[in-house]
Amino acid sequence: MMALSKKMLDEPSEIEMLLPWHAAGTLNARDARRVEEALGSDPDLARQYAVIREEYAETIGLNESLGAPSARAMQKLFAAIDAEPVRRPSAFSRLSTRISGFFASLSPRTLAWSASLGALALVMQAGVIGAVLVNNQTSTFQTASLSMNEPTVRSLGSDVGPPRALVRFAPDAKVSDINALLDHYQASIIEARGGLFRLQFGDKAMPKDEIARLISKLQREEIVNLAVAAN
Amino acid sequence: MSATTASDDVLIGRIAQGDRLAMQVLYGRHHVRVFRFGLRLVRNEQIAEDLISEVFLDVWRQASKFEGRSAVSTWLLAITRFKALSALRRRKDAELEDEAANAIEDSSDDPEVVLTKKDTGAALRKCLEALSAEHREIIDLVYYHEKSVEEVARIVDIPENTVKTRLFYARKKLAELLKAAGVERGWP
Repeated sequence: MMALSKKMLDEPSEIEMLLPWHAAGTLNARDARRVEEALGSDPDLARQYAVIREEYAETIGLNESLGAPSARAMQKLFAAIDAEPVRRPSAFSRLSTRISGFFASLSPRTLAWSASLGALALVMQAGVIGAVLVNNQTSTFQTASLSMNEPTVRSLGSDVGPPRALVRFAPDAKVSDINALLDHYQASIIEARGGLFRLQFGDKAMPKDEIARLISKLQREEIVNLAVAAN
Repeated sequence: MSATTASDDVLIGRIAQGDRLAMQVLYGRHHVRVFRFGLRLVRNEQIAEDLISEVFLDVWRQASKFEGRSAVSTWLLAITRFKALSALRRRKDAELEDEAANAIEDSSDDPEVVLTKKDTGAALRKCLEALSAEHREIIDLVYYHEKSVEEVARIVDIPENTVKTRLFYARKKLAELLKAAGVERGWP
């Protein structure tokens, strides 16, 4: 009895307080492991955990017995929505919806591959930067040029579908500007990889010279760092 | 990608653009849990139904401001809680006191309770209903709505350590109520 009274007066331990989340399966892996280890070595804790599991089950049972709301709630909601003024969506929300919609459409495997490719691209960039630095140190006369002014037009696919391009936006480009650009070019994001976006323009095929002009124009955009035609 | 397979975050993005269908999908996904959470707080079906409309109308209006720092379901429960507390404040104090008194009488004088003393599960449910609103909500959020410590802290707007201690003392109170009802469970 003394032990029980003392126990009741004691402040709970950290592990003891985490038991309900362990029962609900909402602890992170590290905490779950700590709790599991403690349960294995402390019979009092294990007894308390059994009590918690009962509480957990009955709380779910109680809530499930509460039923569901009537259709009146939904009717009331949508009547209120219909009475709301029609709003023009913000540029930010449209872009974030496009991007999140795109990512949501990818399978976890595709996302994992994209992440790996992104990491690889970073490593390659680091390699290129390193090589440039080394070259600059060894030769004061050596020059290198990489012109991005001329559009690289390849596999334009004018006879198979709407034109596409790989685009990298400037790091300081605002979301609203990107969205405005997408709207202006009637472009949609169909893929994103390591900071590169594959854009599709409109829904109709274009002649090669028209695509070249489009890419050239795109390259001159302030917020575009790179634009190349792509499949 | 159809609206029915879209994630909650994507739906919120579409709702921000005024997509009514996305709103219907989100409502279909979450309205029952929102209703039950609200009902457990306000203890009145009529008010709980009104709460749902208010909560989802807020979502419709505020979707563009949703930053995705928490799950959409966490955001919904936080709005529900805020609306429920406002609804409770609108009710007269006397009304609340009567209700509290009834709840206490229910757990002791009802002949059915005598029977349920033999049934730990039923007694547990009775005692879960007799807990204070503060204790009810934290137990529901953790056990029924499966919210993590961080998410509960966000919904209830209290520090994470307070979340842990509050649940511990809610459970202790529950044990006391059960003990008073003649149910011993070996803890505390």
